[in-house]
Parts: sequence; C-alpha cells; structure tokens
Amino acid sequence: MTEIIQKVKNLSIGFKSKKGEEILILRNISTNIKKGETVGIVGESGSGKSTLALAMMGYVKHGLYTIDGECEFNSSNLLKMKNRDLEKIRGRKIAMIPQNAGQALTPNLKIGYQIDEALQLHSDLKEEEREQKISELLNKVRLPSPETIALRYPHELSGGQQQRVAVAMALAGTPDLLLLDEPTTGLDVTTQAHVLELLNFIAKDTGTSMVYVSHDLGAIAQVSDRIIVMYSGEIVLEGPSRDILKKPIHPYTYGLLKSIPKLSLAGLPQSMPGSQPQPGTMHRGCSFFDRCDFSEEKCKNNSPQLEYLEELNTSVRCFNYKSLMNDSQINQTVNRIKTSLQDKEILNLSEVSISYAKQKLLDQVLNRISDDNPTVKDININIKKGETIALVGESGSGKSTILKSIAGLLRTKGGIIKFDQNRNLSSDLKERDPNDLRIIQLIFQNPDESLNPNHTVEEIIAQPLKLYFGLKGEELKKNIIDLLQKVRLGEFYMSRYPRQLSGGEKQRVAVARAFAAKPDIILCDEVTSALDVSVQAAVLNLLQQLKEDFGTTYIFVSHDLAVVRAISDRVAVLYQGRLCEVGPSKDVYQFPSHPYTEVLLGAVLEPDPDIKPKLVAEDIVEEKPPQKGCSFQGRCSRILGDICKNEVPPWQITNSGNSIRCHIPLKELQKDQIN
Amino acid sequence: MLFLIIKRILLGLITLFIVSLITFVGTEILPGDACTTYLERQAFGEQLEACYRRLGLNVPAYERYVSWALNAIQGDFGYSLSGEMPIKEVLGPRIKNSLVLASAAIFIGIPIALILGIVTALWRDKLPDVAISTVTIFAMTIPEFISATLLILIIAIWLEWLPGIVIVPTDVSFLELLPNIILPVIAIAMIMTAHMARMVRSSVIQVMASEYVQMAILKGVPYWKMVFKHVLPNALLPAINVVALTIAWLLGGVVVTEVVFNYPGLGRLVIESISNRDLPTVQALAIILASIYVSINLLADLMTLMLNPRLKTLQIRK
Repeated sequence: MTEIIQKVKNLSIGFKSKKGEEILILRNISTNIKKGETVGIVGESGSGKSTLALAMMGYVKHGLYTIDGECEFNSSNLLKMKNRDLEKIRGRKIAMIPQNAGQALTPNLKIGYQIDEALQLHSDLKEEEREQKISELLNKVRLPSPETIALRYPHELSGGQQQRVAVAMALAGTPDLLLLDEPTTGLDVTTQAHVLELLNFIAKDTGTSMVYVSHDLGAIAQVSDRIIVMYSGEIVLEGPSRDILKKPIHPYTYGLLKSIPKLSLAGLPQSMPGSQPQPGTMHRGCSFFDRCDFSEEKCKNNSPQLEYLEELNTSVRCFNYKSLMNDSQINQTVNRIKTSLQDKEILNLSEVSISYAKQKLLDQVLNRISDDNPTVKDININIKKGETIALVGESGSGKSTILKSIAGLLRTKGGIIKFDQNRNLSSDLKERDPNDLRIIQLIFQNPDESLNPNHTVEEIIAQPLKLYFGLKGEELKKNIIDLLQKVRLGEFYMSRYPRQLSGGEKQRVAVARAFAAKPDIILCDEVTSALDVSVQAAVLNLLQQLKEDFGTTYIFVSHDLAVVRAISDRVAVLYQGRLCEVGPSKDVYQFPSHPYTEVLLGAVLEPDPDIKPKLVAEDIVEEKPPQKGCSFQGRCSRILGDICKNEVPPWQITNSGNSIRCHIPLKELQKDQIN
Repeated sequence: MLFLIIKRILLGLITLFIVSLITFVGTEILPGDACTTYLERQAFGEQLEACYRRLGLNVPAYERYVSWALNAIQGDFGYSLSGEMPIKEVLGPRIKNSLVLASAAIFIGIPIALILGIVTALWRDKLPDVAISTVTIFAMTIPEFISATLLILIIAIWLEWLPGIVIVPTDVSFLELLPNIILPVIAIAMIMTAHMARMVRSSVIQVMASEYVQMAILKGVPYWKMVFKHVLPNALLPAINVVALTIAWLLGGVVVTEVVFNYPGLGRLVIESISNRDLPTVQALAIILASIYVSINLLADLMTLMLNPRLKTLQIRK
C-alpha cells in the first residue's frame, strides 16, 4: 500500500453565531491523501471545500475555529501546531496555489522577489543559485522570457501568467503536497486548459501529491485520480474518479452530472430543484433530502452514515445508493428547445464598430471618434424575432462591448444598429426615448452587484413597472406577484432584501426585473457564470420557458461553449472584436470551423475522463487587434503566410448556412480538422 | 510622468487663480471697504476721497484685481490696514511660527500615530488594541479648546512648569520660543495623532485580511517579515494623503489652539484680520493658505505615484 501523506481525522470546523450557537462548516470529515495521487474535491459554493483544503495546511480563517478532529502530516497534528513550526511546513512540505493569483500576489513586490522569498525560506541556495532557480521555475511553468518576467510587478501580467507565477512560487519549496484552490476558475477557457495541462505535467514530473479543489467537474475530471464530493460540509461520495464520473452512486453527484451542459448535446440539461442548505439550518436527516429524487421517509429524520463499499473502493453517504448502483449510467435527458422562429428581423447591426480610445481634444469638440483600429469592427448581424443568438469568445473578444452598445451604454464609432427595421438605435442612452429604452433590457453577470442591496425585491421589480407603465397601488402589486411567480418565486419574497436570497434566487429576481419592462430583446451578459452548476441549469431552463411564453429575443454572451450550445439557436464567434464565424449552433459545433472556434472547442473541459482537451494554439494574450489582415493571425496554427497578415479574410458559406471568415478553403479546413 | 507633473502644477495654478478671484469678489461684495473701516465716523466727504486716492480704491475693481494679482505674484501683498505696515512683514514671522509649531507636532505626532495604528491593528481585539483604541477615541472626541484649557490649568497654573500662554514678541528666536510651544504642540498632537492612528489601524486591518497576506502566511513567511514586506508598504500608501492634509491643516487651520494659547501663528492672524476688517491681509492669507494646501497635496499625490508600482505603470502606459 502506498504511503499516506496527509490524514484528516473526524475534522469539524465551525464558528459561533451571534446567538452563541456553534455552526458547523465542516462536519466530521475523514480522508487520506496518498503519496503521488491527485485528489479532486468538488462541491458547490458553501460546501466547505476550501475550508477543508486550508485546514490541510493547518490554516483556519479568521472567525472560524477547529471544533474537533485533526489534520495529521508527518504524524503531527497541523491544527495544534505552533506558528513557528507551521512556517517550516508551509511552502516547504505543503504548498498552496490560490484561486485568484491576481489578488494573491503582493502588489508592491516584483515577481522575482516573491519567488525568491520562497526559495530563501525553504532552500539553502546561495544568491546566484537562487537567481538561476527562479529562471528555471519560470521556465517550467512555461512563461516566456523568465528574466524579464521576474522584474515585473504582478499587475503587469495577464491572468494566465499570474496563475503560472503562483504555480512557480508553490513549486519553489519542492513540496510533497500541493493544494490547489480553484486554480483555473476565472481564467479563459483556453488558458484554463493550458494551466491544467501544466499541472498534470508537474504532477507526473515531480510525483507531488495534489489536492485539487473546484466546483467544476470538468476540470476535476481532467486531473484527479480520486474524487471527493462534498455537500453542506460533509463528504457524500468518495471514490476513484472514473467510477464517480461514469457511475455516480450518490443522488447529488448524479443530479450534478446531469445538470452540466455538454458539447455533444444540444438542448437544456435537467436542473436540480432547490439549493444547498445554509450552514446552521440543518438539524436532522439527510442534508440532501429536499432536493433528492430518491428520498424516502427515513431520510427526513435520520442522517445516513458514510458507508465504505469494498467492491467499488468507494464511500457513499446515502440509504438508497443501491437503487442508483443498478441504473446509474448517466442517460442525460435534455429538454429540447422549441423555437418558434419568425422571419421578422428585430435587430440589425451593420458595419458596427466601437472604440475605447480616448478622444483627442479636437475630436471632442467635433463630437466624433477617430480611431483607425477600433476595439470592435465590422460587425454585421441580423437577429430575427424570437431567436437566441450567442456571442462567444475569450475575455477581450468584444462580446460585452457589443452588448453595451446595443443597450446604449456605449456609443458606437460607426455603423448602424436598427431595431425593427426602422428605429435607429445607434445613439447612446441620453438620446433614446423611454420606449427605446424599454424594448431592450439587460441581465448582468453578477446579481450581487446588479441588485440594489437597500431595496426589497418588491421595490426592485416595481421600478420598471412604475417607470415604463406608471403602475400604482393594487395593480402594481398584482404585477409584481405575477412576475415573481413567472420566475418561480413565491409572493413572500417581496419583502426580502437581496442579501437574504441565494445566488440563484437573486438571479431570478434580476430576470423578473428585466421581464417587468415587457422588452422585445433581453441582453444576457454571462448570466450563469457566477452561479453553481445545479442552479445554472435551473436558470437556463427558466430563461427558455419565459422566452417561449413571451416570444422574447435573447442576445446571450458567454465564454462557456457548452452553455451556449444548450441555449442558443445561432452562435457568433468573436476574436479581438472581429467576427470569425456565424451560423446555426449545430453547425458551428461541427467542422469545418474557423481555426479560432476550433481552439475554443478543443479547450472545453467535459466531466468525462475519456474526453481530453485538445490544445491547438498557444494561450497568448494579445493587447490590440492587428492593424490589417485576419484578426486571429497572431495565434493561428493554420496560418498560410502573408495573405493572412495583409488581407482581411473573405466570408465563406458552408452548405448548411454557416459563415466562416478564413482564407483557407472550407474543404481543406474540414479535411485538416477531422484528422 | 513629466507631462503629468506639469499638468498637475497647471491645475494647481488654476485653482489658486479661482481662489484669488473668489476672495477678491467676496471682499468687494461686503458692505463698506478699507477706507470706511479705517476712518470710521469720519468716513465721508473730502477725507474719504483722499483715502480712496491714497489706497488706489478709486479705479475700477478689475483694474485693482489685476494690479493686486501682479504684485502678489512677486510676493507683495500691499499694506496691512491695522498696523500700516507691509503685509509681507506681518506674514513673515507668523509663517515661521506656524512652521515651528507644525513641524514639532508632525515629528512627534506622526511616528506615534504610525506605531499606535500598527500595534492596534496587529493585536486587533486583544488587550493592546482595546486599551489604545479607547484612549485614541477619547482623544479624538475631546475638543481641542477643552484639552488646551485643561493643559493650561494643570501644567501651567497648578504645577507651574511651563508658561500657559505665549507672551513673547512675534519675532523672537527659536530657542526663546521653544518652552512656549510645548503645551500647544501637545494639544494639537493629541487630536491629530488619534485621528491618524485610527486611519492607519483600519488600513492595516484591511490589508491583513487580503488574499495576498493569506498567501504569504501559507507560503511560510515568518510573521514579522510578512508584516514589514507584505503588509506595511501596501497599508501605509493611503496614509500619505492623510498626512499631507494634516500638515496643511497644522499650518493654517489650528485656529482654536492658537487663540487659546495666544500663539502668534497664521491661524490666529486669520481671526485677527477678519475681526479688524483688515481685508488686504485676509486676501493675502487666503491665497497663502490655498497655495499651501495645493502644493502639499500635489507633493503627496506625486509621492503616492512614485511608491505605488500599479499607478506608475498605468501612467506610463497612457
């Protein structure tokens, strides 16, 4: 049997509530991490997964304390150790790679210094040797020109580069155990795939054990040997990664896997009702009882114990796992989208370009924008009534910029945005009349920030009703209740404040507010990316239902290609503010594709250990679009030569009506891509 | 960078211009003028006319503003009414005295404020924090005229250690002035130190809760090294601007303390010249105090810019 390096025994961590009650964040966790293995800890936000990972370093956040149990490393309990001794273990024996490297690197210290600090603390190297080692480490995490990177400050690097620096810093002490807390969340899809590939390589290369914490089963599937599923502070399922992903025997994992949209399936995934109980609200019974499809009477009052099944090498916390054992191949059923596409054009963008360049004084006086290389250029899209069109691309691709211009938050530099064939919307907010404002509504990414924390749900939804329709008194109230019901929230939510709602509920309120204006077009800006997977499926289903009821048109911006595949009729792929490919979603997801679409598709992480991401292009960050030629020339692996650098590629149209903007003939593209 | 400095200096000059206009217009709008004040009951007929001619008040207002401004730029603010002496000579010793008072308060107050702020933040909610915080909040809430009066009562009257009020000529030498400033400095430093210590405390606490400090702990950085390398440089940057404002306040705003101690500084001069309706001096003081605020703030902004790598690159990129 392989050596155990970290032993967690009956660990409970919690805090004292204002009433003096002990509230548990982690409940009686026991698990072992073996030498050389990668363990994935997966769970939704609030499941206690990060608290567990930090406890494995002997670190408990301010306000929390250890109630019971221990984390044993080298046969000593880290949670009882003095800070002096912990300093010798942290960074040297156990190292952490944080979620948000941009926040986790000290802003006033150069990259080189921060790595050097770890080396000084945890190795006996002399100064020149350390300098050598810093270069080596930066090379190992594949950062270009290590010497110059070492002299930079953290904010001068891109998100992916910062994350690599964090990896290099963690490797500096040659630790036996690496803890990774959502290391790729917040990175672009392609960057994420590259960082994961790097981590896999490091695990193999150094033989380090890893604990990989994430909410994303797709990322977990790519790296882990074993998976621990957490729910509400407990381990509900633990076992070999392949079995858990292919034949999950716990209803929560089963539901979770079913609610993840997949590239191979069009249509909306099934959602799991409800949300995870808040810490402190659970008293007896199974914590998953409310949301479980397999629950019985006894689950309500008795908590199931974690049971070890010898033959599967899996532990499960469920009374009814047997019923899932026989039939748990995930037959993902999807709710097919019924689209009632009308031929009527509702929004037309022609030759739209948008610039963020600062206006020079003369231009300000003449009220014009002069920028020969604007952020967004040559956007031509026709949107039909009742259609869902998705704009996809990495950060910086201009997708949100286009949304802002349609909403009127940003002036266009050129081109025309036309509503309903005759109303010109190219002007910004100030020049639009109230009706023009009403017809287009926005739903933002983060409902925490888009809902006023000092307004009740009633006030939030009442605002558009008062503003656009002048409703008052009883009628206003009736309309609010009506809208709340439409987004599946009860009447009693009216008096609540946003902070009293869960993430999914908040986003429902935001959806209700958008629909209150009875808009023709709703702009959805990454509406599900701040939500947990199980909640995401529910919000997507809700949006679809509302669309069928009201005939609304959606313009849906997302970086997640699987989500886009699930909800949209048509997809537009953007790179550096230029369109690369536009077509019906089923065709965009098939070859031939624009080389950039190919890159994006290759980088999608599926919760399946057998589907590996394909890394087609480097994850370089380009600051500005190229002056001439194809927008993707800097990263394209299929670049032909001068023609791509000098001439804007022509639109080529496939048989199924998919338009691809590339110099390479479609037949050749297809031949290359299928091989 | 150079462009930025020039731009900021220009903006500062525009601010000063606007301030001078406002004070000039303000003094014009007020009923009465220098001559009516000076002549009091005799302010009519021939005498008034003569006074107007002598002071040059018989020309249109804009002409007077231009000539006043041109002279002011060269440091000549005209004549004070009450003393019939050049304002330049009135101001000189006052500025010196205010500088002495301010620098004494700064050299004593700022180091203490920093230490108290850092100590309370690092021992947050523990005994040192509770004790010091109670005292600082207490010191913040007592108005300076009360603490000043109490100081005079206890130290000057009961104990007879130090002079209670300053009864020396305005232009005494530094050494003669020294025993006189101890009590005013204590009175000012108390309130100033308390405010700054609270500010430093909250700034350090905020940085201590940041992800990069958590990361430094998880990297195994020893506590004090973490405090000095990762916490303080980031926590004290915002303090620069607060220190700047405090210095400006010390030079012209400590009116109450100066009056209580009869200290011949700029603050007291403001009160005196207002009550004497000495409008030329009021104008001069407004411009001088405004220049002090503008230039000290400019210096503070430039220092922040130099010390904060994030702002530095942003500026260069633009």
